[in-house]
Formats: sequence, C-alpha cells, structure tokens
Amino acid sequence: MAACSIEDVLAKAEKDEAEKLKSITVVKELDLEFDLGNMLAFDKNPPDIREFRQKNKDDFLRSLARDNTQLLINEMWKLPTERVDEVIVAKLPEPTARLPREKPAPKPRPPTKWEEFAKLKGIQKKKKTNLVWDDVHKEWRRRWGYKRAKDDTKEWLIEVPETADPNEDQFAKRNKAKKERVAKNELNRLRNIARAQKIKVPGVGLAPTEQQSKSELGKAIHVAKMSTASVGKFQERLPKEKAPKNTGKKRKFQPLIGDFSSEKQKQLDILKIMDSKKPRLDINKAVNKQMREEDMESASKKKKGAGKKGRKGSFPGKKGNFPGKKGKGAGSVVKSGKNRKPRMKQGKR
Amino acid sequence: MRPLTDEETTTMFEKLSKYIGENIKLLVDRPDGTYCFRLHNDRVYYISEKILKLATNVSREKLVSVGTCFGKFTKTQKFRLHITALDFLAPYAKFKVWVKPGAEQSFLYGNHVLKSGLGRITENTAQYQGVVVYSMADVPLGFGVAAKSTQECRRVDPMSIVVFHQADIGEYIRSEDTLT
Repeated sequence: MAACSIEDVLAKAEKDEAEKLKSITVVKELDLEFDLGNMLAFDKNPPDIREFRQKNKDDFLRSLARDNTQLLINEMWKLPTERVDEVIVAKLPEPTARLPREKPAPKPRPPTKWEEFAKLKGIQKKKKTNLVWDDVHKEWRRRWGYKRAKDDTKEWLIEVPETADPNEDQFAKRNKAKKERVAKNELNRLRNIARAQKIKVPGVGLAPTEQQSKSELGKAIHVAKMSTASVGKFQERLPKEKAPKNTGKKRKFQPLIGDFSSEKQKQLDILKIMDSKKPRLDINKAVNKQMREEDMESASKKKKGAGKKGRKGSFPGKKGNFPGKKGKGAGSVVKSGKNRKPRMKQGKR
Repeated sequence: MRPLTDEETTTMFEKLSKYIGENIKLLVDRPDGTYCFRLHNDRVYYISEKILKLATNVSREKLVSVGTCFGKFTKTQKFRLHITALDFLAPYAKFKVWVKPGAEQSFLYGNHVLKSGLGRITENTAQYQGVVVYSMADVPLGFGVAAKSTQECRRVDPMSIVVFHQADIGEYIRSEDTLT
C-alpha cells in the first residue's frame, strides 16, 4: 500500500516535471512563416475547433501561444550569436513584413497664396538649369547663391541712372532694396503659415487681442502715449495715473550726506506748495463758527430773559456741559465743569 | 539710510500737518542746528546733522535706530506716526485735548477718550482733526483724532467717543520691543 503510494507520488512528480519542461520540439502540419526582424511568426494551421470548444478556451489559447513562441525562439537561436559582457546577443535581420504606421498620414501642405494664384492663372513651374555660363569669369557658375554668375553685389562700379539723384548712394540703395525684399518675403512666409493654421495674421508691435489683460492695456496705453513727436513729454495725464512699471529706469536717491541747505529749501518749497493747496474757505470750520455764534446768541437771550425774572445765574451748569466763551483766563480754550465761577459773577452784575 | 524722496516727504508732511499745521517749518528750519529726515528700514528718523554723520559709521544691518523715529511708511506707502514723535508734536500742536485725571489711565491703556473723560478741548476743533492729548497737568500723553467737532462735543452723551486713540505713551511699555 505504502509502496504503491510512493510510486504514485514519484510518477506524479515526474509528470509535473515533464509538464514544466515541455519539449522544445513542436510538431506542426504546416511550417510557420517567420519575420525575425520584427520577431513575428505567422501560424497558418487552422485551429482545432473541436478541442477549442471542449477544452478550457484560455488554456487552449495559452498552449497554442506557447508552442508558437517556442518555434519562434528556436528560429532565433539559429541566428549567429555572440557573447557581449556575459550576455548572448543575436543580430536580427531586416524586417520583411511591413507594419502599418501608428499615426495617420500627414495632410498635404495647404497651398501658399502664390501657389493658389499660379493655379488660377495656369502658371506652371519651369525647370531651370542649376549652372549658367558666366561671361566675365569664363566658367560655369551657379544661378543663385554664393559665387553666382552675374553677381550684382560684387560690382565695383554702378552707373548712376539719368533720372536718379546724383548724390544718392547707389550701393546703399541696392542693399536696402535687397533687405526690404528679404523682409517682405519673410513676412509673406509667416502670413502663409498663419493662413494655413487659421491664426490671425500677426501684425507689428502690440497687436490687439479680444481679451486684453490689465497689464497689457497699461502697456498699450504707455506705448500710445510715448508715440508722439516729443516722446510723450507733453501728453496729458489722468488725475491718478500711475507711472509705468519696469521701464528700465532705476530709482535714484539723493546722497545720504549731501547739501543740507538745498535739502531744507526743497522741503520748505514742498510745504509752500502744500499750503497753497489748502482751500481758502473751510466749510466745516465756517459752519462750526456759525453754529457757535448762534449758540452764544441764544444763550445771551436766555440770560437776559432770566435776568428780568430775577433769577440769578440760571445757566444749566451740569457737569460736562460746555458754556460758550469764558472770562479772561480761558483764552481760546473751552472748559467744562468746575470753572464756572466767573460766569456766576457776570450773572450777578 | 537715505533721504526721503519728494513723494515720501509730501505724504509725511501731510500727515504731520494734521497735528502741527504750518509749524512743520519750525522742524525743518531750526535756528539751533541742521536737522533732517532720513529713511531707514521704512521708518523716518529726525536726526541732527552731527548725529547723522556719526551714524554713517554703523552698517545698515546693525543700525537699529538713530535720532527720533517719527513713524513708518506702510507697504502701501502711507505714513503712520509713532508715539516717539510726540516730543516734537506736543510743543507745536495746534489742537489739544485735555483728559481728566480719572480717564488718564484708560487712555494710557490704549482706549479712546470718552466725553466723560474730556477735561478741555481747543475751540474750533473740526471733526477728524488730529489732536494731541494732554493730562490736566499739561503733560502730553499721546495723540489721536477728534471724533466730534467742539460744537458737537457739547451735545453728545457722556459715553460717546470724543477722541479716537492713535498713540499714547503707554506704548513705551506695551510695545517696548517694536518701538525704535
């Protein structure tokens, strides 16, 4: 019994081992096609449908994939190998299967303005030869570019045309014309790009955008203000306009120990200006003065009336009440509370 | 340390003139020597020329204070007077308020002056006029802003505020470490 069980166990272990180390030889009815460059293998054998349906589908597919991978690896081992730093390396041949591209094919470049125009007019490109005969140098030279034939920039003399101003520098004129042509061409190139991408054509300087930020607006105002013949010196200012920031101007202070008398004079001038800005008529003060006068009047009236009736010092002299102007000692100061005696004397008189 | 720019000078003078009016001239133009305003760490110092020259020997980082601190410029370039300026505000003050002895302590703790604590007030004081606060014994205690004009002061009830507190000499103890 025990021996039987041991045998069984051994047999089972052997079987498991064999399962693990499946043979490297796989038999197929039709040979696989290999594309080792892409590490691809095509299995043209029809799958065993019956087995696929009966067996566990995942297991079936997995075993099929294993077998095919084994075949692919067998094929790769046939390639010449070499050992580089303890690693066996094989060089893959060129791929034979053409894979589809990942991204869609690029769209054709939209035609430029000239191309559109040429198509409309039926103008066709003419192929010109690259080399032209140069009579001066007696050799073939390129039509364009460096060392070209009939190079008008290398002329040592230019005839002044009859209609032209004799004092004009013809060389400078030619240079300027060339630069302008280059600039125009560049602008047209950018315009074509902008048109192709359906962006607004860029202008020069600060181009207006739909939604300008506060800082952009500030900059635009500053630029507009500076764009006068006098560089904005006589431009009017808004009442609380702030000076533009980051104009590259550094703030500069007076020296710590400089001319003290001029500093003093400056401060006195500031004081003078401040003084002149004060309003001549302070409305608050005027109203207060008027109110005080009215108070005094009413107070004196009351006092007179009280005097007739024979009541002495009937002023309601509670603490914290402010009688008007005081006797001699008080000056321009209002006292409250205790200093009521002088008024009492007045009342008696 | 540097002199004030014109803008800074104007803002500071405007603030000072609320308390001492045109008497600023007496601070700028002194017969007993040259005095000037200097900015250091955003604070304005009122220094005699002699001390200023001595102070140049001290490096900027090491210099804590020099002369009399009048106040400081805030980050938005407004000027705030400090209590240390009281020595120069009090003798030239145009509008004064005297506080009764009972209310002195309350004011020195940083409270507003109430009508009940008001001893005397300069006549013709407008509303929101800068005033210097004195004790009844004519000791300057601090300064503030009149909450009511003199006329209105007569009528208001005793618990209403008459002078808004701005600075008082109690700060020498309360905020000893920040005063320079």
